[in-house]
Amino acid sequence: MIVGDSKPLEEILSMIEGREKVLVLGCRGCVTVCNVGGEKEVGILASALRIARKKAGLPPTVEEMTLERQCDPEYVEELADVADKYDAIVSIACGVGPQFVAERFQKVPVFPGINTTFIGGALEHGVWAERCQSCGNCLVHNFGGLCPIARCSKSLMNGPCGGSASGNCEISPEVPCVWDQIVQKMSAMGRLEELEQVWPNKNWLTARDGGPRKRVREDLKQ
Amino acid sequence: MKAGSNLEKVLSAGHFAVTGELGPPQGNNAEEVRHKAGFLKGIVESVNITDNQTAVVRMASWAACKILIDEGLEPNYQMVCRDRNRLALMADILGATALGIKNVLCLSGDHQRFGSHPESKNVYDLDSVQLLAAFKKMRDEKKFLNDKDLDGSPDLFLGAASNPFADPFEFRVSRLAKKIAAGADFVQTQCIYNMDKFRLFMKQAVDRGLHEKCYILAGVTPMKSVGMAKYMAKFVPGMDVPESVVKRLQGVDKKQQAAEGIKMAIEQIEEFKEMEGVAGVHVMAIEWEHRAKEIIEGAGLLPRPVVD
Ligand code: SF4
Ligand code: SF4
Repeated sequence: MIVGDSKPLEEILSMIEGREKVLVLGCRGCVTVCNVGGEKEVGILASALRIARKKAGLPPTVEEMTLERQCDPEYVEELADVADKYDAIVSIACGVGPQFVAERFQKVPVFPGINTTFIGGALEHGVWAERCQSCGNCLVHNFGGLCPIARCSKSLMNGPCGGSASGNCEISPEVPCVWDQIVQKMSAMGRLEELEQVWPNKNWLTARDGGPRKRVREDLKQ
Repeated sequence: MKAGSNLEKVLSAGHFAVTGELGPPQGNNAEEVRHKAGFLKGIVESVNITDNQTAVVRMASWAACKILIDEGLEPNYQMVCRDRNRLALMADILGATALGIKNVLCLSGDHQRFGSHPESKNVYDLDSVQLLAAFKKMRDEKKFLNDKDLDGSPDLFLGAASNPFADPFEFRVSRLAKKIAAGADFVQTQCIYNMDKFRLFMKQAVDRGLHEKCYILAGVTPMKSVGMAKYMAKFVPGMDVPESVVKRLQGVDKKQQAAEGIKMAIEQIEEFKEMEGVAGVHVMAIEWEHRAKEIIEGAGLLPRPVVD
């Protein structure tokens, strides 16, 4: 899923400074799962904003709403009757949310209430880790099912580099060296010699480097 | 001959080669490059010029290489993949060879996170193995990575680095083999302090015949003090400094530690001269260029052979 982090309250407050009526808009997708942007967090953020704005003698009107998903126009459409009532919408969906809302409603300023961080998964409750950089051409089966593009600090396809030590990446003892894990996994499967293949330069056209990406599925289009 | 560099000539004539290293200044002070180069002239076959070493911005490696050439020394142009994509890497090697640079060392590069600009965006479009393959293709096939012909061909003696002490150890020789398969003509190792581990690494490399496909130069960096040894042991990733090295330095008077460090380096080189598969030494006396001669002379490696 897409993982996010709440922005500090002060940053959100300064974004919406001078805006009278504010809507905090949540999403029931990924950000609900990672506990930063669902209905519960909408409630928490809205009341924190109310309290802070009241204290500062500012208009405390902050309303709440949570959509099924903000990355789908049919759900964004639910805002059609209300969007114009607000002077600011704070979206706490991933970065797609504020953009979809902003594109659909031309006049309302939309502010991101979270920082979208990465595509990852939960290692344990409250701990998430990056797993994919959506390079558009998945190769993990060649590396023991582990991704050297997203998880090696240098995206090395022919690693491990000379900085790998005791299972850690050269950048920090807190960051596991994925190449250490790749070697161990391939070794456990008796496939270590496959890693001796020299991987040629990667085609990044399918990644973000090829420009913003778009996917059309004719079979699903109406 | 791949490029006919001095380093290549000395190695292919079967001599025990010596390379040095010089870190360009954190500024555009050409005089400093000349000054440091003066200490290395005539005592090494060629001098590695580091490329934004430890991710700290310095004078461009190719430019310092050119200053060296003008001073009558031969450079090894170090190139890291951290800072440039394949377009910039290929453009730079064309420019560098046009200036007379013949040796290049292909590296992935230290991550920028602990350098002078940790906020920077890194590149890592190619990795060091892919960079070797790219330059080999430019040299041998006269083609860019996109298979289009290039005008002229860069004659290059291709180098790579190898760290026998990084983990996982079981893959270190395989990684060396990959670099050789990709195009490495010579390899310089990380500085060696753990001789037992290095002997094991070399044995594995020799058993696979890698020393016959590529010249392996053993890395030597003299310890200046106990402090340096402890720092390296603790903080430099992929560095293996055994307790015995620290102990030996501790065993002498503080003022004698530098001399002891040099003595240890000389002893190491004596051993490398006898070690199967080792074709030479790479003496990295960074910011200590003025003492490189003591080491090389002390190890009986002067004068350097002249090969035409
Ligand atoms: S190879 Fe690409 S698509 Fe597959 S996990 Fe890595 S970044 Fe994601
Ligand atoms: S230490 Fe491992 S994860 Fe870190 S850059 Fe090197 S190979 Fe990649």
